[in-house]
Amino acid sequence: MNRFYVVLAGVAVVLAVGTFTMLKSGGSAPAAATGAPPTVVDDGFRGYSQGSGDAPVEITEYLDFECPVCASFAVIQMPTIKEQLINTGKVHWRYRDFPLPIHRYSRFAAHAAQCAGAQGHYFEMQDQLFLNHQWAQTGKDPSKLFRELAKASGVELTAYDQCMEAGRYAQRIEFSRQEGDQMLVDGTPTFYLNGKKLNFRRLPTSDDFKAVVDSAIAALPPKPRPSPNHH
Amino acid sequence: MRSRQAIALLALVGFFIAVYLWLHALGYGGPLKCGTGECETVQSSPQAVQLGIPVAFYGVVGYLALFVVALIGLRPAALADRKWSLLLAGISTVGVVFTGYLTYLELFVIHAICRWCVGSALVITAIWIVSLLSLRSPALRTDRGASRPLPDRPA
Repeated sequence: MNRFYVVLAGVAVVLAVGTFTMLKSGGSAPAAATGAPPTVVDDGFRGYSQGSGDAPVEITEYLDFECPVCASFAVIQMPTIKEQLINTGKVHWRYRDFPLPIHRYSRFAAHAAQCAGAQGHYFEMQDQLFLNHQWAQTGKDPSKLFRELAKASGVELTAYDQCMEAGRYAQRIEFSRQEGDQMLVDGTPTFYLNGKKLNFRRLPTSDDFKAVVDSAIAALPPKPRPSPNHH
Repeated sequence: MRSRQAIALLALVGFFIAVYLWLHALGYGGPLKCGTGECETVQSSPQAVQLGIPVAFYGVVGYLALFVVALIGLRPAALADRKWSLLLAGISTVGVVFTGYLTYLELFVIHAICRWCVGSALVITAIWIVSLLSLRSPALRTDRGASRPLPDRPA
């Protein structure tokens, strides 16, 4: 009888340790999505974008999800930019990842956005990551929070978890970062207008973008008028 | 005695499965460790909450009850008492019926199978079978007369 209780206690200890380990390991950021991948492959992806593909101006933004300036730009300036420039067909806005090495979870956040994007919810997830930006100030592992944000963005979590665990888009993010290096991105956010770097003396406002976009459109050669039909 | 020992061990396994799923439902830890990847679908479905309580919590209570009853029934004074076997069979029958309902929901409503739920279903089914078999086995004789020496015959 005594032997049975020893076995029972042993099984209880093993199961308790196993349960605790699974709970603990399940809540941390998977390394595959957090760190830089050992190899980089160009999968042909050039960033999620908003606006008409026929817009005369394309602005490419290199952003870091953990960067507070990127967050304040996204929250304060982007709504007006969308309204005045993107929705009016003047600008096609492209987002590229440029995770800075000083930020512990920016690559992880970019990966969360890419995994949400795989389900068609990139922009919802981007909004969630920037609107709830306090995660970037705590220094705590944001895995659980990101799952909640993904859920709030309409993301199906089973596929999201698999995507994050596998680090499916780690190479894509690193490719974007290396592309930024080649483009001489020196901080975030950095903007390019039709491939030309925009230099602002301060964090640009929506008015600054309206001015440079209007100026760029005015400088474009006039479109050839359709010739009248002769019968 | 063996059947109650087996039930105690199985209930312990089921208890920790239920605890893991319950703590996950409360927000502890991250994604469930689940090979097929469908656990999250099941656990985040509306059917994972019954009467306002996470389903896993019912499992925690049920397995804990089975474990405690099995241990009480293992006391030397209770070994021959059939009521503990009846109680174990009763609780495990409720558990099997509830598990059957949950498995139906997984297969025909949620259309996803969670490995942990399957594990729990196997455990409660095993407990149920053992508890039924223990009802069929003859009870231990505890009447004192059975062990008394026969009186000497008069010469």
